[in-house]
Amino acid sequence: MTISLVAAEYESKGIGYIKSENSANRGTTLLKRGFAHMQKHGVIMDVTSVEQSQIAEEAGAVAVMVLDKLPYDVRKSGGVARTASVKTIEDIMDAVSIPIMAKCRIGHVSEADILSVMGVDMIDESEVLTPADELRHIWKWNYTTPFVNGAKNLGEALRRVEEGCAMIRTKGEPGTGNVAEAVTHITRVNNEIRHVCSLSENYPELIKASRELMVSLPLVEETAKIGRIPVVNFAAGGISTPADAALLMNLGCDGVFVGSGVFKADDASERAQAIVLAVAYHDNPKIVFEAQKMVDEKKSMLGLDTNHLELKMQERGPSV
Amino acid sequence: MKSKITIGILGIQGDIEENKKVAEDALNHLKLTGTVQLVKYSQDLNEIDGLILPGGESTVVGTLIKIRDGLLTAIKRRIMEDMPVLGTCAGMIMLSRRAYDRIIGDTKQELLSSLDIVVERNAFGRQKDSFEAGLQIPALGQNSAFKGVFIRAPIVSEVGNAVDIIARLDDKIVGVRQRNIIATSFHPELSGDNRIHKEFIRVVKDYKLKKLTVDSNAV
Repeated sequence: MTISLVAAEYESKGIGYIKSENSANRGTTLLKRGFAHMQKHGVIMDVTSVEQSQIAEEAGAVAVMVLDKLPYDVRKSGGVARTASVKTIEDIMDAVSIPIMAKCRIGHVSEADILSVMGVDMIDESEVLTPADELRHIWKWNYTTPFVNGAKNLGEALRRVEEGCAMIRTKGEPGTGNVAEAVTHITRVNNEIRHVCSLSENYPELIKASRELMVSLPLVEETAKIGRIPVVNFAAGGISTPADAALLMNLGCDGVFVGSGVFKADDASERAQAIVLAVAYHDNPKIVFEAQKMVDEKKSMLGLDTNHLELKMQERGPSV
Repeated sequence: MKSKITIGILGIQGDIEENKKVAEDALNHLKLTGTVQLVKYSQDLNEIDGLILPGGESTVVGTLIKIRDGLLTAIKRRIMEDMPVLGTCAGMIMLSRRAYDRIIGDTKQELLSSLDIVVERNAFGRQKDSFEAGLQIPALGQNSAFKGVFIRAPIVSEVGNAVDIIARLDDKIVGVRQRNIIATSFHPELSGDNRIHKEFIRVVKDYKLKKLTVDSNAV
């Protein structure tokens, strides 16, 4: 098996998937995780309009994430950030052929239901929006639509997998144009995985680790066995340049999300193309250099110092 | 046959590692010595006997192989010289001569145009309409059904004379073969069943054997 299905036992705790009469099954774990596998080595771009989504598709985005405001503007405007307008999402669905993702607030089951009914290809239960439930995440096994969740360490990532998400992304610090937090998160996850791998088959230690991580033992065992998070894992939060994207790919991410980095820059189209190129050839410094040459640092978003933020998005939402 | 088989996986975007894993399993199963390696540069094509175009987003792969290193033309040339190719989902779209989206219509995307088919992208709908279904594939023998994993899958809406239909789902064409080119709408790399990859590797083996014979006759 090339896709890890270990947590799929939880499927039975929700409505799971739709088993239709003509034996075609929808919404299985394989289909939801499989969708995320198709995004690998790709760039998912935040967009707020049809025009931006078309620029993204043309540049080689593997999918677009529809928001009402880019994370940088969420920060600037303050107030409550909610899921994007239905109209905007529908217009974008009719305008591009690549998958459409959209964000819902953490724990906001009804926003998730709306996105699911609309036929959005993946839902991001995201800390970029204002959390609707400070204690619980959505039970994602109930949906035929796959979910992506943010995480800043292994425990968070595996807890989200246990709730049924089909894909993980690092939280980073969205809308800052600063990759430092994303780097911290992926490095931490990598170190924690290395530790868990060292416990393989050592059950007294594995159960201890599972209690520390606050997730079930089978999921920790699976992680130790395959040496990675059991679902596709992307980098997100603060990626602004081709070099940023290559840095995170080289740390072992399966792909990247670019939020404000593209459309808050003054050279969005070239930058989008350059980041796509840098992700595909992240292991070749000569091509990353070519990609970097396509953008002008004077046109990068200015960015924010993550040490002096009024709002730390990565800290929002339920603590477990 | 003594010499080893080298299978290439187009390593630009998509489920590259998943295809690599199944191809390796299939080689082992067939007890063939061989390696599976990624193809990211046109010179990588010189080393391989067969190429797999993985699942992913066809627009992304098309954009990148067009701008990179003449990869698009290089792949086309090798396919024209009869090198076997397996395309799954996005790979099938890449191989086709024309692609259009169910909603958007014709998509201005780069295609290899090696396989005489027209494909309708996202033909079953969006991700929530993705499904698993058992398929009867006579070419794989009369064994149990093959689990077809259809993720935002395309269908073949037109086939040329040289194209054989190898898999159907109801009245829809979801698998085709044209000489050494095999293409599926579904993802055999995700179904935990390596029969399609094995069938492909057999084609690669025959191709390599034929090439070796031709080469030795030339000497």
